[in-house]
Amino acid sequence: MADAAANFVRIAEPLGPATELSVKSRSYWSSVLGKLRRDPVTLTCAGILVLIFLSAIFAPLIIPADPYKTSMIRRLQAVGSPGNLLGTDELGRDMIARLIYGGRLSLLMGTLPVINALLIGGLLGVTAGFLGGRVNMLIMRTIDVFYAFPSVLLAIAISGALGAGLMNSIVALTIVFIPPVARVSEAVTTSVRGLDFVEAARASGARSWTIIRVHILGNVLGPIFIYATGLISVSIILASGLSFLGLGVKPPEPEWGLMLNTLRQSIWVNPVVAALPGTMIFLTSICFNLMSDGLRSAMDVKL
Amino acid sequence: MSPPPLDPRDRGGKAQPLLAVTGLKKYFHLKSGLLSSAAGVVQSVDGISFTVRKGETLGIVGESGCGKSTTARLLMRLIDPDAGEVIFDGETIGTHDGMSIREMRRNMQMVFQDSYASLNPRLPIEESIAFGPRVHGIPRAAARERARSLLEQVGLDPNLYVRRYPHELSGGQRQRVNIARALALEPRLVIMDEAVSALDKSVEAQVLNLLMDLKTNFGLTYIFISHDLNVVQYMSDRVLVMYLGKLVEIGTVEAIYNRPRHPYTRALLSAMPSMDPARRTTQPPLTGDPPNPINPPSGCRFRTRCAFAEEVCARAEPKLVESDEATLHHVACHMAIPGSGHSAATRGIAEAAAS
Repeated sequence: MADAAANFVRIAEPLGPATELSVKSRSYWSSVLGKLRRDPVTLTCAGILVLIFLSAIFAPLIIPADPYKTSMIRRLQAVGSPGNLLGTDELGRDMIARLIYGGRLSLLMGTLPVINALLIGGLLGVTAGFLGGRVNMLIMRTIDVFYAFPSVLLAIAISGALGAGLMNSIVALTIVFIPPVARVSEAVTTSVRGLDFVEAARASGARSWTIIRVHILGNVLGPIFIYATGLISVSIILASGLSFLGLGVKPPEPEWGLMLNTLRQSIWVNPVVAALPGTMIFLTSICFNLMSDGLRSAMDVKL
Repeated sequence: MSPPPLDPRDRGGKAQPLLAVTGLKKYFHLKSGLLSSAAGVVQSVDGISFTVRKGETLGIVGESGCGKSTTARLLMRLIDPDAGEVIFDGETIGTHDGMSIREMRRNMQMVFQDSYASLNPRLPIEESIAFGPRVHGIPRAAARERARSLLEQVGLDPNLYVRRYPHELSGGQRQRVNIARALALEPRLVIMDEAVSALDKSVEAQVLNLLMDLKTNFGLTYIFISHDLNVVQYMSDRVLVMYLGKLVEIGTVEAIYNRPRHPYTRALLSAMPSMDPARRTTQPPLTGDPPNPINPPSGCRFRTRCAFAEEVCARAEPKLVESDEATLHHVACHMAIPGSGHSAATRGIAEAAAS
């Protein structure tokens, strides 16, 4: 032992308390918030989305006009005409009222399927990723079957089979979004499961559910959530598409996709008004996309 | 070796080994596809047996890929062994009338090599340390109190560090946290799987000294896995040498480092960097890569790289035989077995090497 001891001279005798400066510890979420605060694009997008959501929720308080009230005389008024600031549609209904009320259904059809898919697909994916082996094989190969169809086609097929209507199109869109969410969840969970701290948690005798709750979820929910935010824009577009094809909401309900469909015939008469519902769809989905990108980079902290 | 302090958890008495491992075996089956059967079998740990006595440090050395870490994970039951029996202080682990795996994990803990990957990046270190006690039913406040006192024990001021996140600590500090985490369940045996290998030399020395102090303070027994022969010599009471999933030699640190019997151990030791210019390495100790563990050589697994390999080495696998009782020295080599058929068997390895 003599020469070994010589190789390992006791360099630091009993270690005193660390003398370095005390840095105020920042939790993960506070550092994410700090990054977001310096990201004008994400903040603007989030602001626009909040405005759109709030106006949809409080539509009756903001807009005195009735979105269903038709007027044969005042059809297809141009943008800026007195009494109808954004003009009127082909049945003379006020466009502002219809766009704001339309947000209710469009946003519902954009978010609800994604939330459902997040719950179901997330559960499937995390289970498959954590358990691995045969369970993983069973779940993921079943999920793969849905990838055989393009998402638009799948949504149309399911809606067509279930019949038109709000609930049915939400069910159809949920089914469309489960596979991608499950796949992303599975991939993230598999990568986290292999890390040493999960092994260490197992070595401490914790049960699987405790490990998932304490160690897995905190590390996988972020990426899954960001991915789902990006899906909302796709969902809004798909939902509009279903309504456009007559598989979603039925007239005279205001809904952006349906409005786009009915105003289609007037595109030569009043192109600006005809493009308005499309503009709303575009604005909402691009805001969701940019916000999801911003969240991704803010949460991608090299810890 | 310091005399093992009295431990109220002790069951078998002083003579009973803390850990007795018999015939531990793990083969990994490589699969090439969905429906095909095994494409190959990696004999990662192939029937090794050893004991760990109470209060000692058993060093495990060997090249990378020889099964050191797999052995650690098998002992912790992070992977299930194919065969073999592990007895903790007289109680067989994982059997009906023995010790449950959960109970074993309270008595046996592990420190991993990667100090960063072994801490949850989303949890303050206090929570990481308190997690184990919480799992075993200790109330939150008491678990946190234990975390604070352990942080102090490993040389980190709890007032400064409890709410920190792993990315706010240096590698050495993180490894201290990992050690505190391993000690949080008050284990009797701690497995250090390359626990200091990733640290730089000065920090490594500090952590090694910390481990020595903790061992006395908590009455611990260590299994110390490393590829660094100097570190193992410094830390260990006994040393176990592994080659390709087999135990080739085991004995006290003096016996292994001063009188190695197995040609592989000799090669390993001659590759050890020395501080003494008079003892510098003059000839390459080993040539070639270790054989593929998927299809290991027949007989003695070391024979393909051994300078003394003879026909018997390919034919029969050498048994682990006692070579010196006083130093608990056992070796698995045909040259150490009288009458094995090896030409050097009667003369002994030292002579064969000299001639």
